Amino acid sequence: MAKLKKKNALRDTVGDKVFYAINAFFLALVALIILYPLYFIIIAAISDPDAVLAGEVVLYPVKLNFDGFVKIMQRSDVWRGYLNTIIYTGLTVILSLIVTIPAGWALSRKTLPGKKLFMIYFIIPMFFGGGLIPFYNVMRSLGLVNTMWAVILPSILSVWNLFMTKTFFESSIPNGLIEAAKIDGAGQFRIFASLVIPLSKAVIAVMALYYAVGQWNSYFNAMIFLQDETMYPLQLVLKEILIASESTVGGSGETILQQYRLANQIKYVSVIVSSLPVLCLYPFVQKYFAQGVMIGSLKE
Amino acid sequence: MEANSANKTLVSRTKDPLASTRRLRKFKENAPFLLMIFPAVLVVFLFNYLPIYGVLIAFQDFMPGDKILSSSTIWVGFENFKRFFSDPQFWPLMKNTFLICIYGFIIGFPLPIIISLMLNALKGKKTAKFLQTIFTAPHFISLVVLVGMLTLFFGRYGLVNNIVAHAGGERYSYFLETSAFRPLYILSSNWQDFGWSAVIYIAALSNVDPQQHEAAILDGATRFQRVIHVDLPAIMPMISVMLIMSIGGLMGVGYEKALLMQTDGNLAVSELVSTYVYKRGLTGVPDQAYATAIGLFNSIINVVLLVIANTTSKRFSENSLW
Repeated sequence: MAKLKKKNALRDTVGDKVFYAINAFFLALVALIILYPLYFIIIAAISDPDAVLAGEVVLYPVKLNFDGFVKIMQRSDVWRGYLNTIIYTGLTVILSLIVTIPAGWALSRKTLPGKKLFMIYFIIPMFFGGGLIPFYNVMRSLGLVNTMWAVILPSILSVWNLFMTKTFFESSIPNGLIEAAKIDGAGQFRIFASLVIPLSKAVIAVMALYYAVGQWNSYFNAMIFLQDETMYPLQLVLKEILIASESTVGGSGETILQQYRLANQIKYVSVIVSSLPVLCLYPFVQKYFAQGVMIGSLKE
Repeated sequence: MEANSANKTLVSRTKDPLASTRRLRKFKENAPFLLMIFPAVLVVFLFNYLPIYGVLIAFQDFMPGDKILSSSTIWVGFENFKRFFSDPQFWPLMKNTFLICIYGFIIGFPLPIIISLMLNALKGKKTAKFLQTIFTAPHFISLVVLVGMLTLFFGRYGLVNNIVAHAGGERYSYFLETSAFRPLYILSSNWQDFGWSAVIYIAALSNVDPQQHEAAILDGATRFQRVIHVDLPAIMPMISVMLIMSIGGLMGVGYEKALLMQTDGNLAVSELVSTYVYKRGLTGVPDQAYATAIGLFNSIINVVLLVIANTTSKRFSENSLW
């Protein structure tokens, strides 16, 4: 392998070298475009708000200032939102795994009675839906409006994820193993619980992460179904902090500036505080996410 | 396995008296699968199929709280659709929705393909993995935070304006201007998702047979030529599938992000079919039948586009979704 590499290296023409250099340069540029906004949020959050507003904070923090963090700590709505989101996300993950994993296993079996019909049943919603208003009306007639279940239940099954799970089972559980267990007299439930589940940690992890991130980041269902502010998830609280003020702040020049000075610092900090759990977790679970996409791409 | 199936045809042909008991036993053995799939069937029924049934109100004179089918239902045929076609908002909505999708597609479709080819052509595999980790990270930022970040960068007192003001220029409210909405929307979407969309191509590229590259090198191909003649053809089937899907979604832009970015100033270009459905159906004095008709019209356009794209692709290549 090493020898092969060396041979290739020797063969690099000047043209190839230029190509590699240009390629690396542009990729580095793209990385910068991705990273700079994230970096700026961090330095702006710990800089003096006046310096930020004066346009002095561009490459490094100016006059370290942690007031924003103190102010966020004092906001009970943020922490309540945090707690709500943790509860909603936890329940969503548990329920979604209970729904998705066994169904994915059943769908992956050739002997599932009526398999073709089930496939069509799950494919149709991928391409056609009733739309927002009928969905809202269904939720209302189910009595879910203004309960946390309105946020949780519609998110516990994504048909995409179901098919991804099915593909995983089809491609990575050896058939011989299942046949052997059957000969040993194990029933279908037994096979699923004590043979399939232990072999499926990767897909279970991927699904848990997909559903968790989806719920953690969503705001729309909460916005239309929850009226009680104490039930708001973090994203809805953030929406008030981050976005509402852009168009609603009024008053004369000086007071506007003052309001922005205070509001913006809170904004920088709240972006960090809310994205931290996901972004900290992300590098560790990254390989699973990528794996998930690959499982999905192994289509038939 | 083969013997088994041969046996089965024999059984059914000779009308084995035991066939039905055999089938019953087989069903009993596999019945647990039905129990495993049941929760998923139920969830999809409740949240996907019941709303499809609820679409019927698009053809009714419907007041919130009415039953969908009862003796007092007033059917109005295509009246709600006709109303939409003569709504002064009809053409602006169609135009806004189409333009944001087509511009988004023109930038957002090739970008992940180019990035995946570039990453794949990078010399250090470790560096490529590291860059990929960075590129996919923004995918996990929520829409609320993303739009919040946009205001922090492009708002009246955001980074860009602060720098401009610092240099003695005039502050400019990007969020209150019609001309800035589409670029902000599309560029931020791409900033967030190009890396994530590239993962699927990167996975496909990792399966390219190294021998193909070796052969190309022997033929004197440069690295760039190998990208064009070896790597690109290898992901072509994947590109076709993604192309069909994007065409199917060409009028299907959602409301989540646009709603967050809307201001009184940019409404002329930021009002999309989906946001209009939300506003007419769930806010103010709701006109649910009307909003449902608009939504139905839009999703029918999408299904038609998908079918056209799929049929076309099937005719000119062997790639298709079905």
